[in-house]
Amino acid sequence: MKVGMGIWRGRGRWASVLWLSVAAVLIVGLLAALVGCGRSTTVTTAAPAETTTSAAPETTAPPTTAVQVSDMVLASTTSTQDSGLFDVLIPAFETDNPQYKVKVIAVGSGEAIKMGETKDADVLLVHSPAAEKKFVEDGFATERKDVMYNDFLIVGPASDPAKIKGTPVAADALKAISDAQATMITRDDKSGTATKEATLWKQAGVTPSGAWYQATGQGMGESLKVASEKQGYILTDRATYLNLNDSLDLVPLVEGDKALYNQYGVIVVTGANNEAGGQAFSDWIVSPAGQGVIETYGVEKYGQPLFIPTAM
Amino acid sequence: MGIFWDAIRQAVELLTSPSGYVRQVIAVTLSVNGLAVLIALFLGIPFGTWLGLTRNRARGLLATLVNTGLFLPPVVVGLFVVMSLSRSGPLGSLGLLYTRSAIVIAEVLLAMPYVTAITMVAIGAVPRELRLQALGLGASRSQALWQVMRDARLALMAAVLAGLGSIMSEVGAAMMVGGNIATTSGNDTRTLTTAIVQETRIGNYATAMAFSLILMGIVFAIVLILTRAQQGRQGRWLRS
Repeated sequence: MKVGMGIWRGRGRWASVLWLSVAAVLIVGLLAALVGCGRSTTVTTAAPAETTTSAAPETTAPPTTAVQVSDMVLASTTSTQDSGLFDVLIPAFETDNPQYKVKVIAVGSGEAIKMGETKDADVLLVHSPAAEKKFVEDGFATERKDVMYNDFLIVGPASDPAKIKGTPVAADALKAISDAQATMITRDDKSGTATKEATLWKQAGVTPSGAWYQATGQGMGESLKVASEKQGYILTDRATYLNLNDSLDLVPLVEGDKALYNQYGVIVVTGANNEAGGQAFSDWIVSPAGQGVIETYGVEKYGQPLFIPTAM
Repeated sequence: MGIFWDAIRQAVELLTSPSGYVRQVIAVTLSVNGLAVLIALFLGIPFGTWLGLTRNRARGLLATLVNTGLFLPPVVVGLFVVMSLSRSGPLGSLGLLYTRSAIVIAEVLLAMPYVTAITMVAIGAVPRELRLQALGLGASRSQALWQVMRDARLALMAAVLAGLGSIMSEVGAAMMVGGNIATTSGNDTRTLTTAIVQETRIGNYATAMAFSLILMGIVFAIVLILTRAQQGRQGRWLRS
């Protein structure tokens, strides 16, 4: 405990003054950062002040443009976040709509829809069609629009203990995994992916149960990691899988079944904090501008688009 | 306020007639954290005692490192353990990632600094003379050490509490290295805190709140017992 105390003792006043000023700078910096985090901020694009010799700071040129920027909360799925789509989609939206600053909350479709019910989100981009339909029917929104789809695939260890590679029907593959009692990881988090898996099990006529069927309750990225570590099978969306592929020890085994398609919808939450912002996002993402971004995302990196736009 | 009442009612229901699932989550939480804190005490108390008694240069550096450990973010410990135990990591062949052992390892790393730091201070606060006097009166070295630890026992109880406190309510590392895994035939690595995160993510606020109340209830019970042992009447047996 005596270490460091010397700073405060016996070094004279100058040490104290030095430390106090460091502390003061830190506190001022913190305060400035806090103030900058307000819900609504004014961004001013000031013309570069001509600071040649004028010493008085008051003489800085007045701001040329001032845009009132408001935060808009987009609740979406971990799959979309993990796929990296938002890294290009959100900046593109903000460039076209500089008056909105998007905050993405990536959760399961279940929580995303819940955030809509509690009006903690302004707009939803989710893929759980039945729950979305109910959300609109319950009066939390006026409409839901198709945006894009991606597809799921079953990936697993290269050793493929349940021999499912190339099975054309996804449900048959699940039945084989269950029969072999081969390790399978499931998200079990009411996400669109989990909902899709439940539908497939129903189709297979099997209720998965046993120590081989392990639920993580986590997002797609984490669950894929668990599957890779445990060398188990898992149902995943293509985007997240391709994005994380380098760090995974899993191979694609079943794909192409129509039952594996995954439709995304956009919903503006009625009466939300920033409903106008939500509406702007919804209008933009189904417009040629938004659909264009979706269509080209992933082509450069993976040689194929990760999402297929369906609003045009 | 409706959702809060809903949550409290559901928590009471879960507590009065706990399902197998809830019981297993509680059991995993208690066993994993209990084992972790025991190991942390087993390692941290001797280390802290040594740090509290020695007076050399290395001590200053080590004490600073231990105190820095108090600020270790659980996610950093989680990352370190994940990287070490991952199939591509140095200890990957053990196959420990996403098992209860992995959680125990991470929680030991998190609790150790607390146990060590408080032990160090507690032992250091015992007057040197006590030990010297005991030695002078013919006590052996271990007898003298025992005397010092007896004198510091109340503070050592604080080390137990701090160690438990640092891990019972921790979620970052438990989630990262445990994976929050449950199967239909038994709970694997799902603890109360990771279950709370999951239920919140799904939108089951009431269940999440119920789990939270259960966790706080357990924590309260443990703290009550330890505090009474430390200070209350039941603590008499601890006094000389």
